[in-house]
Amino acid sequence: MRVVLEMRNISKSFYGNQVLKNVNLTLHEGEVHGLVGENGAGKTTLMNILFGMPVIHSTGGFEGEILIDGERVNIDSPRKAMEYGVGMVHQEFMLIPGFTVTENIKLNREITRENILSKVFGEALRTLDFPAMREDAKKAIGTIGMSIDELAVVAGLPVAHKQFIEIAREIDKKNLKILVLDEPTAVLSESEAEQLLNVIRYLASKGVSILFISHRLSEVLKVSDRITILRDGAVVDSGPASKFTLSEIAEKMVGRKLENLDLPPRTKELSDEDIIMSIRNLRVYMPGETVKDFSIDIRRGEILGIGGLAGHGKLGVANGIAGMYPAEGEVYLEGKPYKLNDASYALRNGVVYLSEDRRGVGLLLDESVEMNIAATAILAFGEFTRRFLFFTLYDRKKIREHAMEMIRKLDIRCKSPSQIVRRLSGGNQQKVCLARAFTLKPKILFVSEPTRGIDVGAKRLVLDYLIELNRKHGVTIVMTSSELAELRSICDRIAIVAEGRLSAVLPPTASDAEFGLAMAGELQGGTQRG
Amino acid sequence: MDKFLEWLKRVDFPTLVISLFLVALFFVAIFVKVPIPSLLSDSIRRIGMNGVLVLAMVPTIRAGVGPNFGLPVGIIGGLLGALISMQLGLSGFLGFWVAVFLSVTICVGIGLGYGWLLEKVRGQEMMVGTYMGYSIVAFMSIMWLMLPFTNPDMVWAIGGKGLRYTLALDKYFGHVLNNFLKFKVGGVEVPTGLILFFAGACLLVYLFFRTKVGLAIDLVGQNEKYAISSGVNPKRARLVAVVLSTVIAGVGIIVYAQSYGFLQLYQAPLFMTFPAVASILIGGASIRRANIRNVVIGTVIFQTLLTISLPVLSQVTRGDVTEVMRLIVSNGMILYALTRAPREAG
Repeated sequence: MRVVLEMRNISKSFYGNQVLKNVNLTLHEGEVHGLVGENGAGKTTLMNILFGMPVIHSTGGFEGEILIDGERVNIDSPRKAMEYGVGMVHQEFMLIPGFTVTENIKLNREITRENILSKVFGEALRTLDFPAMREDAKKAIGTIGMSIDELAVVAGLPVAHKQFIEIAREIDKKNLKILVLDEPTAVLSESEAEQLLNVIRYLASKGVSILFISHRLSEVLKVSDRITILRDGAVVDSGPASKFTLSEIAEKMVGRKLENLDLPPRTKELSDEDIIMSIRNLRVYMPGETVKDFSIDIRRGEILGIGGLAGHGKLGVANGIAGMYPAEGEVYLEGKPYKLNDASYALRNGVVYLSEDRRGVGLLLDESVEMNIAATAILAFGEFTRRFLFFTLYDRKKIREHAMEMIRKLDIRCKSPSQIVRRLSGGNQQKVCLARAFTLKPKILFVSEPTRGIDVGAKRLVLDYLIELNRKHGVTIVMTSSELAELRSICDRIAIVAEGRLSAVLPPTASDAEFGLAMAGELQGGTQRG
Repeated sequence: MDKFLEWLKRVDFPTLVISLFLVALFFVAIFVKVPIPSLLSDSIRRIGMNGVLVLAMVPTIRAGVGPNFGLPVGIIGGLLGALISMQLGLSGFLGFWVAVFLSVTICVGIGLGYGWLLEKVRGQEMMVGTYMGYSIVAFMSIMWLMLPFTNPDMVWAIGGKGLRYTLALDKYFGHVLNNFLKFKVGGVEVPTGLILFFAGACLLVYLFFRTKVGLAIDLVGQNEKYAISSGVNPKRARLVAVVLSTVIAGVGIIVYAQSYGFLQLYQAPLFMTFPAVASILIGGASIRRANIRNVVIGTVIFQTLLTISLPVLSQVTRGDVTEVMRLIVSNGMILYALTRAPREAG
């Protein structure tokens, strides 16, 4: 079979952080090639390079070369990519809501006619030939087996239709050779997804080569001729789809050597009888991380991990319990009903939350280290205050003393407690967050993405401190993280969330394959374990 | 020298430029033989007179609402308090304190309404505040004619209905603060009571921002999400800030009026806002951060500049340059602060 596209030794870093390492990829004519990997494995970056997206070139370009039909090409803008016959359907819809389906499909490739003005002033003033454009749009929509009114305005259409319009737009391009589909089924229902897979097969039979990116491994396995698996920016395996089974792919996607932290022993063993918080049918309306139905019992004194793919709702759980986003459901704290949607109630009852969005939610960036540590405790518990005349004021001396102690304990590297937090490194900022949490004397600490964006050494310190809080101070910890390795290194058990629901509760010793399947929502009977 | 440079870096650029201009003016004043002591007396009086109005900017800026461009809202409350006190025929300190007490009561009421409105237009407070100021002044221009005040000192001499443009306060509480413990040193007159009142107001606001409620306002202004995660109700915190600002504005206009000796009605409240906003910005505040030091420094620089420029520049040039300069400095300063805002937010 003829090779249409070859990407050789592609490497790319963002601000010194390498996201692709020597990636090789070949695409034959008329094949469907599945590209799978965890979040952050580098799939989207690789496709952005192929499509010449500005984000790549504004961050210093990439290394390696791209060959199309055996010829070396330099794709430095999406326009160039289109000229070479590369089409892309993006994860986010790139449609103009106020335009009709036809206008969106033909955008920037409009069919035009000569008129007097255009003869004088040039091409930009030619008349649009609407009937011809409509005809083309109709044909493209017909090709994918949909019946969408080509004159409808995009804004009001259901998401599935939008996804199909994007595909129709790419098909309408006459020279289309390579079509990239980035998570096209993420917003579709099962039957719609099935329809889309049929379109993919049809296009392939017409000789278009398709790069198919999806988290739904079963789909990838079903539709692909060949599969390439990315992990941490490198290709771990590549070959015909028949070579792989579902669990093999999952294992290769996730597999990572485990870092062994020596966990100190507990003074009191965990028990299924001693439940500190029990969550029943939790729903959280957090944009992008919606939780649809989550139930679990949290044992007193354990470290519970919450994992899962981005966008599947793992972050929503902690945000909902802490009152940051609207939530519904039944939650009991130490047997008593717990009030949702009230951050102040959560704090007063010892439920403390450290946000995944450290700089956006977790810190006052332009405020001093000491105020960051103490402010919440002053507000929630009236700590560090003294009376003066008829005012209750916060006491700078008490705050300073406490801050000094925390700085020493957590080894926060700052010039002084009055330095502003914005100037600290990510790791030290995270330590400030931990100091703030500790100051609130939590019973349960919800901590989300505690090691995101901080360097390896600091990561270790942060995890060590969490363990210390747990073992020495008896704080129950619920840690949400995208890094499975991290969850497996310190958690007693790990709850995996998929599509807004609890998919499985696994012990940290479960196999890579089990974790991979659980994340894809395809592990059978997993909830009973752990 | 290094320390000096370090200090220089921390000073706000416009603060520095305007201060240098001020120093230059002083030298010119000596050169053209304008009497310095009387200039200083005037400056000090004007600082105390305007300071409280500038202080009204602090709560809203700190709550993340931006400078209170709806200052006339509070000023109207203050004027109503003062008018009722005059109608009751109270004079001296009694008249002053009754006016203050009444204006605080009235301002809490209208401040709640104003705060409710600002919450509805979250993100547009500065614009809406400005128009709110214009609207309430226009509305009150009608009300001044219709409210049932009967004191012959207050209503038009002919016809006996409707309040006058300016009401003389000398029989009521005019200059009560200025004359309290007043003394003179080397030709410079110091209105002790006025300065003490300003200092007291600053201290109260400073202390307020170290209470839980004040801290909550601070947090909301700096990072609303952090505030929510600390159990603060951001809507309530902003409302408290707006009410506080309105109350301070009401008290501020009474202090201003007693020092000026007249109560100005009708269009006059409109012309108080921009100088007050400009003052705090000159003092080094931005539209997102402000403290008491910005208030004091800003008021001192801005008012001294206005006092000195009139006699000095009229010696050097012709015509009334001061009014032009006041406009350039105050509007230019606001413009500068607004253009600088997005960068700070990012």
